[in-house]
Amino acid sequence: MTDTATRAMAAQSTTPARKAPKVRAKNHTLMLVLNVASVIAGILIWWGFSLAGFRIPAPVEVAERAVTVIGDGTLATDLAASLTRVLIGFALGTLVAIPVGFLMGWYPVARALIEPWVQFFRTIPPLAIIPLVIVLLGIGEEPKIFVIFLAAFFACVISTFQGVISVDRTLINAARVLGSKDGGIFIRVVVPASTPFILVGMRVGLGASWATVVAAELIAAQNGLGARMQQAQIFYDLPTIFVNLIAIGILGLLMDRILLFTENKLTGWQERR
Amino acid sequence: MITTYPASTEAADAARISVQGVTKTYNLAGKEFFALDNVSLDVADNEFITVVGPSGCGKSTLMNVLAGLDKPTSGQAVVDGKVVSGPGPERGVIFQQYALFPWLTVRKNVEFGLKTAGLGAKERREKAEHFIEMVGLSQFADALPKMLSGGMKQRCAIARAYAVDPTILLMDEPFGALDALTRVKLQEQLLDTWSQEKRTVVFITHDVDEAVYLANRVVVMAARPGRIFDIIDVDLPYPRTEEMRLSPEFTALRNRVWHAVYHQTTGAAAGSMPSTLTA
Ligand SMILES: Nc1ncnc2c1ncn2[C@@H]1O[C@H](COP(=O)(O)OP(=O)(O)OP(=O)(O)O)[C@@H](O)[C@H]1O
Ligand SMILES: [Mg+2]
Repeated sequence: MTDTATRAMAAQSTTPARKAPKVRAKNHTLMLVLNVASVIAGILIWWGFSLAGFRIPAPVEVAERAVTVIGDGTLATDLAASLTRVLIGFALGTLVAIPVGFLMGWYPVARALIEPWVQFFRTIPPLAIIPLVIVLLGIGEEPKIFVIFLAAFFACVISTFQGVISVDRTLINAARVLGSKDGGIFIRVVVPASTPFILVGMRVGLGASWATVVAAELIAAQNGLGARMQQAQIFYDLPTIFVNLIAIGILGLLMDRILLFTENKLTGWQERR
Repeated sequence: MITTYPASTEAADAARISVQGVTKTYNLAGKEFFALDNVSLDVADNEFITVVGPSGCGKSTLMNVLAGLDKPTSGQAVVDGKVVSGPGPERGVIFQQYALFPWLTVRKNVEFGLKTAGLGAKERREKAEHFIEMVGLSQFADALPKMLSGGMKQRCAIARAYAVDPTILLMDEPFGALDALTRVKLQEQLLDTWSQEKRTVVFITHDVDEAVYLANRVVVMAARPGRIFDIIDVDLPYPRTEEMRLSPEFTALRNRVWHAVYHQTTGAAAGSMPSTLTA
């Protein structure tokens, strides 16, 4: 009995939250060192493969190409083109998805009307719609932005809807007994309570938009990171393909981090379990 | 099963709260489950009622009906002569599960109802400050609920309910999560405000001691179906003091309530008034 109690207390005093800051800081540095070591090891292995005669460019070759395309502005132009498409499509998709998701979660009638369409079209990969939109909208900017819009919309609408229907009933009751009417409950309880869900949806949506833009450019575009790789493929220009792939990766990572940061800022009130 | 009540009886007229033949059923695997079965109860103005009973006997259900958050399957609750059809500003509710808004600080939580009532920022802040101090959370006024212990959360919920100044308090095990010291302190405060500002209180608890210490009358409920088993008058004078807890009268009352709750026997109370009406 006493033994169990002592052990329980011992276990409590070593929970991560109680760890001394010094230990945590040390851990942090160690993690960072391991991160860097892992990246360097990866590059070395890559180098090894290229020396061993695999048909891939060496890291140095890729670095040289990167310097060239940064110098002559090609990379910047391509980045700008891709990024613009993503941001417009993503912004529009999110902007439409949030109110639609709220509608679905708040009004059963709206849910019954909208849900079948959302569930059906959600299962179609946005890329599969490209042939259709090219026929209907031509090969300008609109079809690409539209496809990205779809990708962002479906990711965000579902999670917003989930957020609204999972708002804790007792919080709504608490607001009601404190005098709130439907409108007040919506603004002061439902919106903040579903923010974490919306932000997760936005992150997924951004990832989907990014994946979609590159693929869309591979199929039909004159500029952008995807289009550049498509052209490089024709000339067996592997270093250019590598530079663009890395750029896509870094940019995707950066955007995800920005959203993650926003998420932590806006939803820091959540109890982590 | 269904008992009809005259629109107004003398007792119901005098009562601040009148529960009239309230039945609440839930569908449980295709069968009707009686969370409350024909419960009737009158609470006089300024009365302090405590409700005790085994887990699942419908205490929270009864409170939700009084709060206007749940509609009874049959029967009705009447407050100030009006049939309850929703929440009202005269009824303050403290929930069993804190129900704090996790994205708001303690201060903003306490100000929530004041904002709904349309008070200005300055007035809100002053009022909130007063009640936060009352429950001893001044140091944590700007903390988020996730940084509070269970007992502190509950104190914040109490401050939030008090802030809108309701004349009826419906409290669902409000002190359940508190340590003995804070609990006694808040019991004193509750009795103080109750005797000074005259409120009508319906207080749910599973603590027999607390039930007797606070109440004019202790309502003992029984489960399956949820019903009132007995109502025990506590004729100890107010203000209640710590010494009273040790008095033989108190002990006798506590034993009576204890037996009613845990053995569901009335014991010495065999002649007490029946509380559930059977048609
Ligand atoms: N929404 C619901 N659906 C089905 N059954 C319910 C629902 N709410 C309550 N019940 C049932 O009604 C009964 C009474 O519940 P209630 O919460 O009122 O009990 P309680 O007396 O407050 O118990 P405790 O002391 O554990 O808080 C329980 O058996 C419960 O299972
Ligand atoms: Mg309960």
